[in-house]
Amino acid sequence: MRVGKSTFLHLCLAFSLSLILILILLTLVSAQEVDSLRSSTDSAYTIPDSGLVLVAPVTSLIAEDYKYDDGEQLKLSWVPSIDDQLVDSKVLGYRLFRSIDGGTPEILAKLPPGTNSFLDRTVQRERKYQYYLETFSENFVVQSIVTAAISPEREWLNLDRGWLFIIALFISIAIIFFVEKAKRGHKLYVRKIAGLEAIDEAVGRATEMGRPVLFIPGINDMDDVQTLAALTILGRVSRTIADYDSQIFMPVSRSLVMTAARETIKTSYMAAGRPDAYSDDMVNYVTDEQFGYVAAVDGLMVRERPATVFLLGAFFAESLILAETGNSVGAIQIAGTARPAQLPFFIAACDFTLIGEELFAASAYLSGEPRQLGSLKGQDVGKGLAMSVIILGVLAVTIATAWDVEIMHNVHNWLLGVFSSN
Amino acid sequence: MEHVALWVAAFLTLGIISFLYKDNPWYKLCEAIFVGISAGYWFIVLFWDNIVGKFWVGVFPPKELNDVGELVNSVEPDYWLIVGAVLGVLMLMRLIPNIGWISRWPLAFIIGCTSGLYLINYFSSNMMRQVQGTIMPLLGMNYELSTYDIIGNIIIVIGTFTGLIYFYFSKEHKGWFGRAAKVGIWTIMITFGASFGYTVMSRMSLLIGRVDFLFGDWLGLIN
Repeated sequence: MRVGKSTFLHLCLAFSLSLILILILLTLVSAQEVDSLRSSTDSAYTIPDSGLVLVAPVTSLIAEDYKYDDGEQLKLSWVPSIDDQLVDSKVLGYRLFRSIDGGTPEILAKLPPGTNSFLDRTVQRERKYQYYLETFSENFVVQSIVTAAISPEREWLNLDRGWLFIIALFISIAIIFFVEKAKRGHKLYVRKIAGLEAIDEAVGRATEMGRPVLFIPGINDMDDVQTLAALTILGRVSRTIADYDSQIFMPVSRSLVMTAARETIKTSYMAAGRPDAYSDDMVNYVTDEQFGYVAAVDGLMVRERPATVFLLGAFFAESLILAETGNSVGAIQIAGTARPAQLPFFIAACDFTLIGEELFAASAYLSGEPRQLGSLKGQDVGKGLAMSVIILGVLAVTIATAWDVEIMHNVHNWLLGVFSSN
Repeated sequence: MEHVALWVAAFLTLGIISFLYKDNPWYKLCEAIFVGISAGYWFIVLFWDNIVGKFWVGVFPPKELNDVGELVNSVEPDYWLIVGAVLGVLMLMRLIPNIGWISRWPLAFIIGCTSGLYLINYFSSNMMRQVQGTIMPLLGMNYELSTYDIIGNIIIVIGTFTGLIYFYFSKEHKGWFGRAAKVGIWTIMITFGASFGYTVMSRMSLLIGRVDFLFGDWLGLIN
């Protein structure tokens, strides 16, 4: 059968029109389905005339081990309910439930709207924990999924502190290097520290005047490095006192400091070959109370009138009271502390002041012992490193911000990353 | 009774203040009362807080009834506390002259642990964070840094850098190094000056408190 050209064209046109009609119909049907689906979804949130304020649960609730701890914490995170809004929020808050070893869940915390994480610090390594969250409105509560059972784990290394470790290792190696160098007889130079140069002179003055030396090691206990530094200097001072046959008295406010100070002075007297001249009465405990101690020391100062006063260690509000009283009795005063708030008072009222790290450098300076000198040199390497990093970092960030150089941005961010590793 | 306490407090306050004139029997009395009472007070506080509150309760926790009516420990005993107690007892060995040397062990333990613990804390806060906080721009062409910000940054960077130079012990303070160290100590002294003024003001408030007590609470001259 032959089909004419026009008939073929008509057939094609009819087919195309039918196809378009079908497509339009399909589109309309699918749109209707979507609408009906939407309306059905919406109806899940609004029950007509029920009065309930329905809210959606939180999603993506995850419980995980808190990294780099002693196995005492679990971290929970979630995406808040979609009804938890800043303005006109339907959500009034969340209730966090916890079940231990599969037991009955109990409420752990009530959290305000907007919360999306929680740190559970009341867990034990040998137990398993599961969590879920309840989202609540004024009259409706909905529950999230329950997390998988998890136990906290203990990590032996805190890898967040990797750079801290590397830099500390670098400085430690520098210290060991300089200690070994000093042991081999290399002379290590340490600049003069005026306050320490004056120790012999101050003790000599007390000997000449026939008056005692008063040593105050601050008011903190042995867990303060400043007290440790003060006792190191005490070793040298008491050795000089033993050599000069002078007198020392040392009122303290902590029992442990009393014990340590007695040991230190006794060792110095033995090293000077005068163990018989040592007496436990040289160091006496007064009281732990800050101002009670100050009242007693002030009284001692005006009655005993020491020729030399050492104020070395951790001081607080009593610093100026002590330094002023020492000044009023005409004593030569050598002070030192690492507390910035108290240093101004010592500088104002004392003859010599060891500022901050000078107090810690004092032991190496005074003893001249290779181990301590090497340690001081190693610390200087650390300071050199800090200065270099400051120069590099400041240059990088200045160039980066002034001329928007990407490589300098990268250097700056890397340095910040390294030195925030703490 | 309150009246008596008020008069005793005023008597002791004036006794301590009398030291400003000179050492006198009134001050000596107040000093002795202060030292005696505070030493006794701290003894009691430390006994109940540490020996009873931490050690005794930690090793022998109080019992409580469980769900089935049995007496059980309220918390797990912490036997590590015995180590601390033993070290404390060792410290008392110095009272016996023949074995007094044993008291050095706990002392060595405390000093060693303290040094180790503080090494990390000080290194982290005094070096790492200080360096991190000093890395700041000195120019701000592409960013909106005000002139004040830039001046502030320059002062912080130069102050920290020269301050570090001052505390560098391996080189004599001569030449450019000495001049930089001088800038460092000037920066430190200006900081101390500001700190001095700030602290004096806070001490003034303590004085005002005492004066307020004397003239207000005691004499009733200030309402």
